[in-house]
Amino acid sequence: MSKFKFAMYWAGSCGGCEIALLEIKDKIIEVDQNYDVVFWPAAADFKYKDLEAYDDGYIDVCLFNGAIRNSENEHVAKVLRQKSKVLVAFGACASMGGIPGLANVSNAQEIKDLVYTKNPSVDNPDGVYPQEKYEVPEGELELPHLYDTVKTLDQTVDVDYYMPGCAPEAHQIAAVLDVVTAALKGEGELPAKGATIGVAPKTCCDECERVKEEKKIGGFKRIWEFLPDPEKCLLEQGVICMGPATVAGCGARCTGVGMPCRGCYGPPEGVVDQGAKMLSTLASIIDNPDPDEIGRIALTVPDPVGTFYRFGLASSLLRRARV
Amino acid sequence: MSDNGFEPRLIGFLCRWCSYNGADLAGTSRMKYPPNMVPIKTNCSGRVDPTHIMKALAEGADGVLIAGCHPGDCHYINGNYRTAGRYPLMEKLLEQLGLEPGRVRLEWISAAEGDKFARVVREFTEEIRALGPLGWGKQFTDESAAVAEVAQEAVPV
Repeated sequence: MSKFKFAMYWAGSCGGCEIALLEIKDKIIEVDQNYDVVFWPAAADFKYKDLEAYDDGYIDVCLFNGAIRNSENEHVAKVLRQKSKVLVAFGACASMGGIPGLANVSNAQEIKDLVYTKNPSVDNPDGVYPQEKYEVPEGELELPHLYDTVKTLDQTVDVDYYMPGCAPEAHQIAAVLDVVTAALKGEGELPAKGATIGVAPKTCCDECERVKEEKKIGGFKRIWEFLPDPEKCLLEQGVICMGPATVAGCGARCTGVGMPCRGCYGPPEGVVDQGAKMLSTLASIIDNPDPDEIGRIALTVPDPVGTFYRFGLASSLLRRARV
Repeated sequence: MSDNGFEPRLIGFLCRWCSYNGADLAGTSRMKYPPNMVPIKTNCSGRVDPTHIMKALAEGADGVLIAGCHPGDCHYINGNYRTAGRYPLMEKLLEQLGLEPGRVRLEWISAAEGDKFARVVREFTEEIRALGPLGWGKQFTDESAAVAEVAQEAVPV
């Protein structure tokens, strides 16, 4: 029997998702038994022209990680959609915009100004900026166009499944690959289209082993300001932990080692806007008899957008800032 | 009607125990105020999720009013204390996203304060009229039109 066709691509991302796939360890051999890798630029030397030469629907599974940051990302996303039977938004960036999505508080020009002129460590007296098109003796060189707004994969093309996480946890990747392989072999069924896969029901708190009591806090603390009790809920100790607004599935590994959840797995089922829900949660557990004082304590959250939308700004209701 | 023809579209989330009755009182007392605000009855100002406000702004509202019982008067004892915490934090978040501070407003209006309700709606409408249309969705359609052509071009292979 011929093998199934597998593809993986990175758009606006750090490459962590590519490594996460290898975190499944010896299970990667099983992947190799069942799949031919037909496109995976991070792992082997594939060219876009190889991809474009495939028939439509040639690829059985494509794991697409990274946000849509520029015209190249968008173009390849469209080609991969056309060539893939199952397109998975793999990781926080592809499904929610991820860390690159935080660029939506700014725009392309502001970012270029900062990087090429305004940054104190930059020495650029002639104000040289990269050009999208540039003539050299050998011909014209071209760079992709940087967008003002970072987009998620599903704001760009039709997506079959979402698999959140920064990066998705290895045990979830392995489980998802098992389901997909079984379905391709005709031994099982694929989940309903549009499903978020590789997650568990309920929230991160459900998997977190810390002891939870009534949530009432007098103020917020940063993790470096004190030594948190290793047994008690971090949020109850005043540390901003995104657990209540984050879907389960990661195994709560961060809170297990004393780091608060940052929400990389995205919102639980039924929640439209993760940041809005977390803001709501956080402000309502402040315990103080004076409403003005409650407001003052709430305002001590240093960076609400970066805290509540660390991974989800591009997929939030407002999506970006007005610049 | 202003000179440029802009009429603010406002959403008002009014708590059913105080502010909504305050609005009723303004109506039955024949107090005049502009018709720009669509009132939505909620059980408590504490039931107004920041999601509701963001959805309103994202989908075309120029301003959002949240009105509830005065602190200490909440029918559910402390629902409006939650609002008291959420509102300033949300205002700070929205300011980071480039929204003018006056576009989302919190007021405590009791069932007896029909005059206050009418005054708040008058003030709020004029303030938003001065700020101009928000047009949150427009920034995406503008950019999509500009970049659609670029992305269709083949990336050199």
